[in-house]
Amino acid sequence: MSLALAGHLPNLAGGALIGLAAGALRLTSGHIAGISGIARLALRGPERGWRLAFLAGLILAGLIPAGPAASLTAGLAETPLPTLAGAGLLVGLGTGLGNGCTSGHGICGLARLSRRSLVAVAVFMATAMLTVLIRHHTAGIWQ
Amino acid sequence: MSPASARGSTSTLAALGCGLLFGAGLLLSGMTSPARVLGFLDITGQITGQWDPSLAFVMGGALAVAAPLFALARRRGAALNGRPLADPASRLPDARLLAGAALFGLGWGLAGLCPGPALVDLALRPWPALVFTGPMLAGLLLSRRD
Repeated sequence: MSLALAGHLPNLAGGALIGLAAGALRLTSGHIAGISGIARLALRGPERGWRLAFLAGLILAGLIPAGPAASLTAGLAETPLPTLAGAGLLVGLGTGLGNGCTSGHGICGLARLSRRSLVAVAVFMATAMLTVLIRHHTAGIWQ
Repeated sequence: MSPASARGSTSTLAALGCGLLFGAGLLLSGMTSPARVLGFLDITGQITGQWDPSLAFVMGGALAVAAPLFALARRRGAALNGRPLADPASRLPDARLLAGAALFGLGWGLAGLCPGPALVDLALRPWPALVFTGPMLAGLLLSRRD
């Protein structure tokens, strides 16, 4: 158990940094660090300045030399492009309609004990797991 | 900028810093890799012993830090810059929320990418990340009329 936990220290530490970033934005400015909402309103909305700055920081973080890009993005280059494009469209439509994603509902929403976010997290987790399960068992058809 | 206009506006530098910190956390957490995310979402791994619980640790670490900071902000009643706390709708879950969450889950399960990691990946693997984030931004704009 302690060995398993030690193996997940980067996950825990990374999560803590994400929580710190979300908490700092809330405490300093009152905003919700929901990436889909920030991205949508950065394109078309009021107060685009801070949102564009937040997104710039997010993208720039990818330049931190944390390891080989191939392992940091493992699985990305192997994903068929039509799958990426279709999934991207679904993620955009879904998070726009549902008013949040893994960060907005999953972290900020749960941190502020929102009932709507709890329901949203249960639904997108279950749907994502079901999607992977169905693809897993129909791999011959999909690939 | 006069103090009056500075009050209530969100500092660009603070937002940039928060974005950078958020992205660094995603990078360290392993969630920028679709393979790892799919390894968590694949529940058959619980039977075969191949299940990757990483994402649960990421969520746990994030909530352990975010929850007390959100509670502190709530107790203050306003942000440090004097703004009221953004308080998204607290009404009951509706069909729009359920449909949106289900569509998001479908896309997340197909590619193993959600909005934050996809944007961080733009700097690491620009082309495949753009093939995902381009349609994602289009979907975000198409999803609402406001």
